[in-house]
Amino acid sequence: MSLLLEPTAERVKEEKLYREMGLTDDEFAMIEDILGRTPNYTETGLFSVMWSEHCSYKNSKVLLKKFPTEGERVLQGPGEGAGIIDIGDEQAVVFKVESHNHPSAIEPYQGAATGVGGILRDVFSMGARPISLLNSLRFGELTSPRVRYLFEEVVAGIAGYGNCIGVPTVGGEVQFDPCYEGNPLVNAMCVGLIDHKDIQKGQAKGVGNTVMYVGASTGRDGIHGATFASEELGEDSDEKRPAVQVGDPFMEKLLLEACLELIQSDALVGIQDMGAAGLTSSSAEMASKAGSGIEMNLDLVPQREKGMTPYEMMLSESQERMLIVVKKGREQEIKDIFDRWGLLSAEVGHVTDDKRLRLLHKGEVVADLPVDALAEEAPVYHKPSRVPAYYEAFQQQEEKVPAVSDYKETLLQLLAQPTIASKEWVYDQYDYMVQTNTVVEPGSDAAVVRIRGTRKALAMTTDCNSRYLYLDPEVGGQIAVAEAARNIVCSGGAPLGLTDGLNYGSPDKPEIFWQLEKSTDGMSEACRVLETPVIGGNVSLYNETNGVAVYPTPVIGMVGLIEDTDHITTQSFKQAGDYIYLLGETKPEFGGSELQKLTDGTISGKAPMIDLTVEKKRQEQLLTAIKQGLVASAHDVAEGGVAVALAECMTDGEVGASVTLAGEATAALFAESQSRFIVTVAKENAAQFEQLVEAQKIGEVSAGRVLTVKNEDHETILTTTQNEIVKAWKGAIPCLLKSKA
Amino acid sequence: MKFAVIVFPGSNCDADMFFAIRDALKEEVEYVRYDETSLDGFDGVLLPGGFSYGDYLRSGAIAGFAPIMAAVRQAAAEGKPVLGVCNGFQMLLELGLLPGAMKRNEGLKFICRPTELIVENNETMFTSGYEAGEQITIPVAHGEGNYECDDKTLAELKANKQIVFTYKENINGSKANIAGIKNEAGNVLGMMPHPERAVEEMLGSKDGLKLFQSIVRNWRESHVTTS
Repeated sequence: MSLLLEPTAERVKEEKLYREMGLTDDEFAMIEDILGRTPNYTETGLFSVMWSEHCSYKNSKVLLKKFPTEGERVLQGPGEGAGIIDIGDEQAVVFKVESHNHPSAIEPYQGAATGVGGILRDVFSMGARPISLLNSLRFGELTSPRVRYLFEEVVAGIAGYGNCIGVPTVGGEVQFDPCYEGNPLVNAMCVGLIDHKDIQKGQAKGVGNTVMYVGASTGRDGIHGATFASEELGEDSDEKRPAVQVGDPFMEKLLLEACLELIQSDALVGIQDMGAAGLTSSSAEMASKAGSGIEMNLDLVPQREKGMTPYEMMLSESQERMLIVVKKGREQEIKDIFDRWGLLSAEVGHVTDDKRLRLLHKGEVVADLPVDALAEEAPVYHKPSRVPAYYEAFQQQEEKVPAVSDYKETLLQLLAQPTIASKEWVYDQYDYMVQTNTVVEPGSDAAVVRIRGTRKALAMTTDCNSRYLYLDPEVGGQIAVAEAARNIVCSGGAPLGLTDGLNYGSPDKPEIFWQLEKSTDGMSEACRVLETPVIGGNVSLYNETNGVAVYPTPVIGMVGLIEDTDHITTQSFKQAGDYIYLLGETKPEFGGSELQKLTDGTISGKAPMIDLTVEKKRQEQLLTAIKQGLVASAHDVAEGGVAVALAECMTDGEVGASVTLAGEATAALFAESQSRFIVTVAKENAAQFEQLVEAQKIGEVSAGRVLTVKNEDHETILTTTQNEIVKAWKGAIPCLLKSKA
Repeated sequence: MKFAVIVFPGSNCDADMFFAIRDALKEEVEYVRYDETSLDGFDGVLLPGGFSYGDYLRSGAIAGFAPIMAAVRQAAAEGKPVLGVCNGFQMLLELGLLPGAMKRNEGLKFICRPTELIVENNETMFTSGYEAGEQITIPVAHGEGNYECDDKTLAELKANKQIVFTYKENINGSKANIAGIKNEAGNVLGMMPHPERAVEEMLGSKDGLKLFQSIVRNWRESHVTTS
C-alpha cells in the first residue's frame, strides 16, 4: 500500500526530498555520479543512513586517524563491532563504548535501555560473553524538573535492560552541568571476555554462502535513527519520537545465549549486529569488508507489521537482531540452534562476487548499489576550525584563588555537589553483582571484576571531566585519558587500552570543530605516552539544543589488567596508624574546579596543567608498590582536591585521618592539580614504599572517625566527622530528587 | 548430593547458582532445561533468579507453566529440598507451593545491595547451620520483592514457624519484613535474597554458604538413618 505513496526517483531529485533524509545537495550529486543515474527513493535512503555521521564518521574521520590504535596486546583495533586486547592464557577482553544521546533526550527510558542493548550486541557479536556494563551520563542541574525526569528515567532504563539480561552494571560516572540541560549524554560501555579461538568477524565471505537473519522481527521502529542521531535537537525533536527504538532485554538474553552457541559452530562465516542503520549497515559493511556482494530478498525478512516497504525494512532499527553468513548447505544446523532458543531465523539472501548490494522485493530489484560506495566512500570533510573567543579570554584571565572563609563548611558543600556526591542512589538500582565476579563495587575509582578460574581480574572505568575540556580541549583531553589510567592504577591494574565516546556539538561550527581537533590531539598524545591504544569507539556530534552545544565530552572507557587478585586495592582507609602519603605537587589551580563552580557559579580561566611524563612515572611507581603488597589503600585526587579525596577515603570504614598540609590552605585543600594520589601504607612497609615512590607523608590514619587537617604551623584548619561527611555526600542526590521546586 | 539448577528462558542467576554449588559447596550439580520433564536422579532442586520469560506478564507467572514444573512439584511432594531464589521464589508462589504473592518494591525501584537478614527459624533443613536469631549479610537484587499475604496466611506462617528469614530493616515493604518462607512440610524454601552471591569472602560475604551446607548435611543425615 505504502509502495504507491513512495516518491519516484525524479521527485526525490526535483523536490530535494533527500534533504529530509539528511543528505546535502553535493552529497546527492556525488551519489548520482557514483551510480551514473538518479537513485530511487529506497536507494537514497540507504545512502543517507550509511553516509550519516553516525555510520560514516565523515566529519571526524580525519581526527580519528590521529589516535594510536596499535599495541603488542591489541588483537582487534577499530573497525569491527568492538576492539579486542589480549590478557594472556589465550583469553582476551573485548570492549566498546557507544552513545545514545538523542534518543535519551526524547524518550529517556527506551533511549537508555536500547543504548545498553546495542553495546551488548556489539560485544557478543564478536563472540565474547559480556561480563560487565558501565556508563557515563551527563545531565543539566537537578534543580530542573525536566532534568530530574530525564535522570530518573535514564537510570531506570539502564537498570531495566542490564538487570534483566543479567550483565552486571559495575561502574560509571554521572556529572551535572547546565550545558547538558536539553541534551543529556548517555554513553554505555560493555566489557566482554573471549577465548582467542572464538573471535568472530563481521564479514560476508565465500560466494554462494547463505545470508541469514536471526533474532527479533523487523518493525517500523527506529527508522532513520542514525540520521536523527546526526542532527541537532530543536523545538520539534519530540516529533522524532518514532525514531527511538524500543528494547526487549528478554529477547536479547535469548539472542545472546544463541549467538554464543552459534560461534562454536564451524558453519558460521561472519556475524554482525543490526545496530544503527539496521539491515543496511550490517549487509553493506559485511560485504564491503569481505570484498564481496550480497543479494537479499526482502520478502523473506521476518516482519512484525504488514505492508512494510523496502525503505522501511532497510532503515528500521528494530532491536535484538543479527545478520549472519553461514556456509551453504549448513543452514539447518544454524536454524536448530535458534529454534532451541525460541528465536526466528530466516535465509534472506546469499553472498555474491559483484560487490553490490542488491535487494529484491515482490519480484523486483528495488535497490542495486555498490557496497563500497555505501560503506567506505562517504565524503570525508575537514571542516574549518577557529579558536573560540571564550578560550582566548580565559587564557588571558588572571589566576584567582576563590575566597573561602570556612574550610569545613566548604568541604561539606563540595561533597554535596551532585557531581562529587555519592551515586549510591544510581547504582542501588543496578544489579552490579550478577555473574558473581564483582570484587570492587561501584563507587570506587575503578570497578574490579575477577576472571573466574584464574588469578586475574579486570579493572574498568569511565572518565571525563568536560569542564577542563571546555576551558582547554587539548589539556583537558590529556587529563581525561590520564585520569582514567589513574583510576585503573589505583585499583591495582595496568592500563591496557581504551574506547572513546566522543560527544560534541555541531562540527559545522568552526569553534566546535576546533574543540574536536584540539581534544583529539590531547587524547592522542596521552594515549601515546601512557601506552593505552584506542581500540574503538563512537562519535556523537550535533549535541546541541537550540544552537547551544554541550561541553566537549570525550568519554574515556578504560580497561586494565590486574595480574593477581591479591593486588586489588581500594580507596578506603584500612587501619589506624597507617601512614598517609600525598603523591604529586599541589598548585593554586582552580580553573574548571568544583570550588570555582561553587563560589562563582560558573567556570573560567585555565585548565590545570598536566605533564604526561610525570604522570606516567608516578603511575608506574604506584603500581609497582601496589604489586609488591606495600599499599593499603589508593585513591586519585580529582574533583574537589585533596580534602574531598581524604573524605571519600573514610566514608565506609571505622577510621579517620589526621593530616598536615603545607602551603596556602585553600589550594592545599581544594585545588585540582593533576597527577596526584592519596595512598596509605602500613608503618612496617613505609621505608620500602618511600624507596620506590616519590611521595610526601602528610599524616596518619586515626582511630576515631574524624578528619583533622592542620597547616604547617600546627593550627587546625578543618575538622569534621564521618557522620557529617556521609550525610552531605550520600544525602545530596536523594535530597535533590525529592525537592519538587 | 546432586543438585539440579533449572534454566528457564531469561534465567540469569543459573550460572551463579551452578558455580556456588560446584566451586564453593563442592557438590555435584547439573543444569536442567525448562523443557525437560524429569528430575530423576537429582536430590535437590534449585530455581535460580533472573527474569524468566522477561517477567512480562507477572514475575514467575509463565515459568509456572513450563514443562519441567510437573517434575518440580513431584520433587517437592517427595520431600526433596527445593530452593527458589528471587525469581525462583516468585515461581514457587505462582506454583502455589508457597503462599502469598509479590508486589513491586515500595518506592517502585529495583534495589541491589548487601542486606542484613535475621534467621528467624534455624530448625529447618536449609538453616540448621545458623544460630537462632543470627544476623547474616546476603545481597538482594530485585524489583518485585514486596511480599504480600492476607492476615490469616500470615498468622499461619507465624504459627507454623514458616518464616525463615526476615529483613533487619524493611527494604522493600514486605509484610512482617519477610525475606524468606518455607512450606509446612519444610522442604520448600523461597527467599528474595541471593545466598549464591554470598559464598566467597572475596565477593563480600560467605554467609550464604551455610544455607547450602545445611541442605547437604541434613540430606546426608537423613540418608544415613534411612539406609
